[in-house]
Amino acid sequence: MRLLAVAAALSAVFAAPAHAGKTLDAIKARGQVVCGVNTGLAGFSAADSQGKWTGLDVDVCRAIAAATLGDPEKVKWVPLTAQQRFTALQSGEVDVLSRNTTWTLTRDASLGLNFTAVTYYDGQGFMVPAKLNLKSAKQLKGATVCVQSGTTTEKNLTDFSRANKLDLKPVVFEKLEAANGAYFSGRCAAYTTDASGLASIRTKEAKDPKEHVILPDLISKEPLGPAVRRGDDEWFAIVKWVIYGLIEAEEYGVTQANVEQMQKSSQDPVVMRIVGSSEDTGKLLGLDKDWMVRALKATGNYGEIFERNVGPKTALNLPRGVNAQWNEGGLMYAPPVR
Amino acid sequence: MAERAPPKRRDWSWRSQAFRGLVYQVLAVVLVAGGLWYLAHNTLVNMQARGIQSGFDFLAQPAGFDIGESVIPYDALDPYWKAFLVGVLNTLRVAIVGIVLATLLGTLLGIGRFSRNALVRGICYAYVEVFRNVPVLLQLLMWYLTFTELLPPVAEPLSVGGLFWLSKNGFAFPTPLWNLGLAITAAGGAVGLVLAWAYHRWARRHFEKTGQPRSMVLVPLAIVVVGLAAGWLVAGAPREWSVPVPGTFTMDGGASATPEFMAVLLGLVFYTSAFIAEVVRAGIQSVAHGQTEAASSIGLSKNLAMRLVILPQALRVIIPPMTSQYLNLTKNSSLAVAIGYPDVVSIANTALNQTGRAVECIAIIMLVYLTTSLSTSAFMNWYNARAAIKER
Repeated sequence: MRLLAVAAALSAVFAAPAHAGKTLDAIKARGQVVCGVNTGLAGFSAADSQGKWTGLDVDVCRAIAAATLGDPEKVKWVPLTAQQRFTALQSGEVDVLSRNTTWTLTRDASLGLNFTAVTYYDGQGFMVPAKLNLKSAKQLKGATVCVQSGTTTEKNLTDFSRANKLDLKPVVFEKLEAANGAYFSGRCAAYTTDASGLASIRTKEAKDPKEHVILPDLISKEPLGPAVRRGDDEWFAIVKWVIYGLIEAEEYGVTQANVEQMQKSSQDPVVMRIVGSSEDTGKLLGLDKDWMVRALKATGNYGEIFERNVGPKTALNLPRGVNAQWNEGGLMYAPPVR
Repeated sequence: MAERAPPKRRDWSWRSQAFRGLVYQVLAVVLVAGGLWYLAHNTLVNMQARGIQSGFDFLAQPAGFDIGESVIPYDALDPYWKAFLVGVLNTLRVAIVGIVLATLLGTLLGIGRFSRNALVRGICYAYVEVFRNVPVLLQLLMWYLTFTELLPPVAEPLSVGGLFWLSKNGFAFPTPLWNLGLAITAAGGAVGLVLAWAYHRWARRHFEKTGQPRSMVLVPLAIVVVGLAAGWLVAGAPREWSVPVPGTFTMDGGASATPEFMAVLLGLVFYTSAFIAEVVRAGIQSVAHGQTEAASSIGLSKNLAMRLVILPQALRVIIPPMTSQYLNLTKNSSLAVAIGYPDVVSIANTALNQTGRAVECIAIIMLVYLTTSLSTSAFMNWYNARAAIKER
């Protein structure tokens, strides 16, 4: 798997000297959005036995493809490990990286990429076997903790261990599958990653999900969202505003089911702008005026995406929590689509 | 101008083989250097155009991540270069221990192929065929699964006499507490070592002068042991050990080898020793049978014939391919990343992701393996020159 990172690094070596590339032009010529996703994280991006991808991160890419190309299926999925993801984006292998990636200063400032918007507010947690009867991660003194490399997780774990003098010993795995395997075999007393990831792993990988508990401690802020390559502000704006459009559509009650009817009959000026029945917001982005209608028809608004992939009715059973709309006590606040 | 000698001028014509050779060599060097310069320059330009920061300045920044096992004291606030050093030492630890064990095991197996006992021969043959034909990554995973799935959890470890413990946390064993007494014991051992070396020299001279054999192994060994014992008694016979005791999540006290380390070590040793066994077998077979007969005709026992006649000659054939096996073992240790052993590749992967300096981190990995391989190779070449036949 390191091979891809090397290949990506090499492609930086061999690429022709850069020119301001129009990502959207390339996508239209290719007829596909190339989307970097996780190799398998239920609820966020995972392929089923037929090779069909589902998940919150996956739906964001579908919405982008629907808005730009008119077809949510015109996406080429590139599963990436944590280490490969940035080089894959930098080298132009993917157009957008929608892979539960935490927005941090270092990444934003030094990796040649731009984070677009937050699609899931997460925090790092711990999963432990239920039979240990732990109430808090602070009881894990001296414990071995399984962790996947190439994430913000390792540093958060170290910070938490230092701050609480826990002397935690990380066992770092290159692949998610290896880290899962080591934890469930009992090599580590605890497993740490984003709380949503823990819920996903417990649901999909544990023999009996009831044998594992996720401790209440959240030790970090993990705002997850898609990133794009620097140097193409038009594409940056498109990805950003598709996400904001999905969020604002929920705020104003535009859903997958009613978007067509809203386009015909709604008199609410905000809704009319989203569905393009008054101002042509799409044109400003280099798209047409139906861009949001197509995105919403493909995936539904942000709330629908959340409920379908990770919400209380799914196996992951994650509460809406801080990911609710701003006017319902959450953090999801989209700048106005106008 | 005047001092230019006419005969030399003829050498600088295109017809001169020496001149053409020189031109081609200069041309080749210029092309390679130009190609390298183009690649480096192009990379830098591209990275700059894409806003990717580059450079090795990050090595002085605090690393900020913990490392599961380390042979030197390491703290998360230490700089990146120290984290890399920890990784390099972990790689060397598994490589050096692995090379020693693989050599011992491989040599025994190789000699075992000549055993007069059919069962021993068969076992050695089967071992070689099984272990060298299964990919080494699978072997590493197999050992790791064996350790993590089959061993009991740390709360209820297997114990040997309350001193050695085996669990999913690894193999815990007691260690002597380092204090003044131990330092004196070690000093006694060092004195014994010097004396043993002096005795060995004297015994060799004596043998060469008079032909009377003196013990070259047992007596020097005894001298070292006596030195150690004397130092230990002088220090007042210190007997303080740190004995591991099972805790909630980990073994307290003593020292332990993690399952990751053991899996990497065993995987590499079993795999490489199969190749080494074949190298040793080939080496022994390369010595003409007449040598064995000559040795027995002058009354050497079978063991002595092997030690004094066959092996020294076989060594000349064995050493060069053995070097390749050592290099392979060292490089294969990079597969350790698959089972969570913090070798230099694992550390570089983490550093790569924390800093985003992909080209730099991969360059460091390459540099580390190149340096270790070239050093191993240089050492083995020196040893090869020593063992080579001395033509007089």
